[in-house]
Amino acid sequence: MRGMNQPSDARVLVIVPAWNEQGSVAATVEEIRATNPTVDVLVVDDGSLDATAAEAARAGALVCRLPFNVGVGGAMRAGYRYAIRHDYDVAVQIDADGQHDPRFLAKLQHRLEDADVVIGARFAEGSQTYHASFPRRAAMRMLASVMSRRAGTRLTDVTSGYRVANRRAMEVFAAHYPAEYLGDTVESLVIALRCGCSVTQEPVDMRPRTVGEASQTPVKAAVYLARVFVALFLSLVRRPPRELRAMWRESR
Amino acid sequence: MKATDILGLAGAGTVLLVMFEMLRRHRLREKYAVLWCVVAVAVVAVALVPGLLQGMADVVGVEVPANLLFFLASMVLLLLSVQLSYELGRLEEKTRTLAEEVALLRLEVEQQRTGDTP
Repeated sequence: MRGMNQPSDARVLVIVPAWNEQGSVAATVEEIRATNPTVDVLVVDDGSLDATAAEAARAGALVCRLPFNVGVGGAMRAGYRYAIRHDYDVAVQIDADGQHDPRFLAKLQHRLEDADVVIGARFAEGSQTYHASFPRRAAMRMLASVMSRRAGTRLTDVTSGYRVANRRAMEVFAAHYPAEYLGDTVESLVIALRCGCSVTQEPVDMRPRTVGEASQTPVKAAVYLARVFVALFLSLVRRPPRELRAMWRESR
Repeated sequence: MKATDILGLAGAGTVLLVMFEMLRRHRLREKYAVLWCVVAVAVVAVALVPGLLQGMADVVGVEVPANLLFFLASMVLLLLSVQLSYELGRLEEKTRTLAEEVALLRLEVEQQRTGDTP
């Protein structure tokens, strides 16, 4: 099973959730295909109102179009289901905004040797000291410390949308992937951990978004901290969703 | 019979009539109608038997019986709206699952049609 994760012979599906990204999706898909010629690319168009789907298809991706917007979680669950049904060994999430550099894919995939989920982490060495406000930093520190403890390894960037999953983690994500805010990043990782998957991270360089960064007022940062706190707390105390009860019990 | 009793009876009667008519026109599912009918019948009972509300208020120690009525009414409304939120959440989850499934099927159909199934 582990041998299947060798970069050379594994069948890899890159899932690109995209919502109104007509400006960047084609370039993202082309870059993925150019840097990783053996992978298949599936763009999940999350109910876009622009030409995202057409652009993605033009760039040579498989395109799966959701009839309306369901959120990143819904797009990703659809992607993981496609991966399971078509027998892929590895599923990768790369955002459509061009922030994630696909040249790191092989490096991330290599880490599947000793983990089920690998996160492409931005501030792994504290390199990008990202001038964030106090509540924002508090939120990130809280996330990092709680998640690291749960995972038993140092995780610095659990909200990163750049991640690689092997078959075992794909099965968890295909069965249940939260759609709520922070559910698609933090809670899905907690669920994977509680289902017995191991999670690790690999430092990657992120590029600035082509579209503007979310504005950071102190009030917004405080709201973010509160939401992180609630999402984290809920994810840790929640009972397993019905689809995952069996896996959850086994891992105890 | 006091005017307030008649008011209560008229309200309960209206609820029962509306429930019946909506059920008859397939506009309401039984599981929701049952609840409202129970509420309406309880209101009828309170209106017809004046001692009932007074007795209950004495038992739980509420001085003004009408306050007990308000308390019970607000609890029923609160629980009912929680129940509706729950149903709404379930429906959203089901809709989301269906949307994902439709998207995947559409992709499969397109692949079959163009014949380049990977």
